[in-house]
Amino acid sequence: MSSFRQPSVLPGFGLTFGFAMFYLSAIVLIPLAALVLKAGTLPWSEFWHVVTDPRSVASYRLSFGASLLAASVNAVFGFIIAWTLVRYEFPGRKIIDALIDMPFALPTAVSGIALTAVFAQNGWIGRYLEPLGIKVAYTWIGVTVALTLIGLPFVVRSLQPALQEVQSDLEDAAETLGAGRFYIFRRIVLPTVMPALLTGFALAFARAVGEYGSVIFIAGNLPMKTEITPLLIVIRLEEFDYRAAAALGFVTLVISFLLLLSINLLQAWGRRWMVAGGR
Amino acid sequence: MAGSTHIAHLEDRATRPGHDTLVSTLLRWTFIGLSLTFLAALLFAPLATVFATALERGAATYLRSFVDPDAAAAIRLTLTMAATVVPLNTLFGIAAAWALAKFEFRGKSFIITLIDLPIAVSPVVSGLVFVLLFGLQGWFGNWLQDRDISIIFALPGIVLATMFVTFPYVARELIPLMQQLGNDEEEAAITLGAGGWLTFFRVTLPKIRWGLVYGVILCNARAMGEFGAVSVVSGHIRGLTNTMPLHVEILYNEYNFVGAFAVASLLTLLAVVTLVVKTLIEWRTGYRRR
Repeated sequence: MSSFRQPSVLPGFGLTFGFAMFYLSAIVLIPLAALVLKAGTLPWSEFWHVVTDPRSVASYRLSFGASLLAASVNAVFGFIIAWTLVRYEFPGRKIIDALIDMPFALPTAVSGIALTAVFAQNGWIGRYLEPLGIKVAYTWIGVTVALTLIGLPFVVRSLQPALQEVQSDLEDAAETLGAGRFYIFRRIVLPTVMPALLTGFALAFARAVGEYGSVIFIAGNLPMKTEITPLLIVIRLEEFDYRAAAALGFVTLVISFLLLLSINLLQAWGRRWMVAGGR
Repeated sequence: MAGSTHIAHLEDRATRPGHDTLVSTLLRWTFIGLSLTFLAALLFAPLATVFATALERGAATYLRSFVDPDAAAAIRLTLTMAATVVPLNTLFGIAAAWALAKFEFRGKSFIITLIDLPIAVSPVVSGLVFVLLFGLQGWFGNWLQDRDISIIFALPGIVLATMFVTFPYVARELIPLMQQLGNDEEEAAITLGAGGWLTFFRVTLPKIRWGLVYGVILCNARAMGEFGAVSVVSGHIRGLTNTMPLHVEILYNEYNFVGAFAVASLLTLLAVVTLVVKTLIEWRTGYRRR
């Protein structure tokens, strides 16, 4: 015990550590292990068959493609919004800042039906897009819109502290030395906030890949076309095909692990980057 | 007063060359305009639609949506579920924060990563794992059926799946906060003869109370609003295993839009209240996650 933990005068380590580990194992680790074991009982050929089934592959393509696109849109607009909130003073700024967390707090089913209503043919925005030939609801564009809403707070909240860190005296010095706006942005602002931007992008992407509630209402859910991977898992479960559901769930889980790992690495890189002064 | 703001304004001009040029002003309004347009389309319009659709047929129809026994049952189930999940996750969050923030031991950062895991896992997978454990064809399926215990398609399954999804929220607020606050005061209390519980309630709890409230309200909002995980384990039995978000789905799929958006408006209000409390805590204490 003494080599495992450094001595402390504070009591309660045994009790709190024991309870926390018990609860963590019971609620998170054992259930996740059950999924891995279940996927492990499948013969390799069956696992491979489920995972590379054309319908599964089409669902990965949509889930990843739309998530990547949504995270990219968020990287651009999240930057614009974070910049606006950090650098400019305007009426209602504090309220807008607070509302950025709305997609976190709003139940996903509510975002889903509300977005569908707005972007449907007769919706407030959909009716203006329809004559232009742009169909949002029940297409992959709708999926992307829903995933963009869900991911937005991740990018904005990652960028805000980083943008506050950008030393304005550096920008001023550059400007005095004759640098143009775009040059300053590219050489001073962007390098400083890069790790935060990438972290926000990765967080938004990770959240989008697994998202279910807000997407299924707006997606239309046509097999091979507008069916996301989490929905395919639900469909397999409803067919009582536990083996296929476990195989697809396992693939999703492994991808989540990899994304979580890369986010941790990005954040560690970001901390070193800050210390090194963004070089 | 007027003089000092004038000087501040002059200083501002002096230290920021080119601050007031036409291009700056244009750029500034372009950024604000783009931000507001993006948020209006993606966030404000959907929020407004929720209330507009819910109230489409007047206040009386709106209110009648909640008298419906299935809606009332969904509200009751959601409250029961949250009343079970949130205290347990809070207890875990406090215990985990005490063990992880107050003591140094090997493997600590690994455990913190494990605690964060449910945030990265798809909600559907969060439900799936419990179906694989307790469902009819699951590991304990037969054992449970022999004893006539239902977990999946019943309240225990809904509680477990929600616990999984909202598991990290309190812990991840408290761990960094308690690490940042340090151990000095607790160590002083213990050295002066206070017991562990007394030290926690009189020294630690007052220091972390805002962080705790912050974590608890976020956990609660997530718990009441969880859709994917609960949808997998609930079985969608009307009036029995439908939480509010699932009831929204059922009404919506039946084209009962007023009813669906009426229940959705309650969930939206919950989110608004959560954000207001969260923002007030941030404004009053300067506390902000991360």
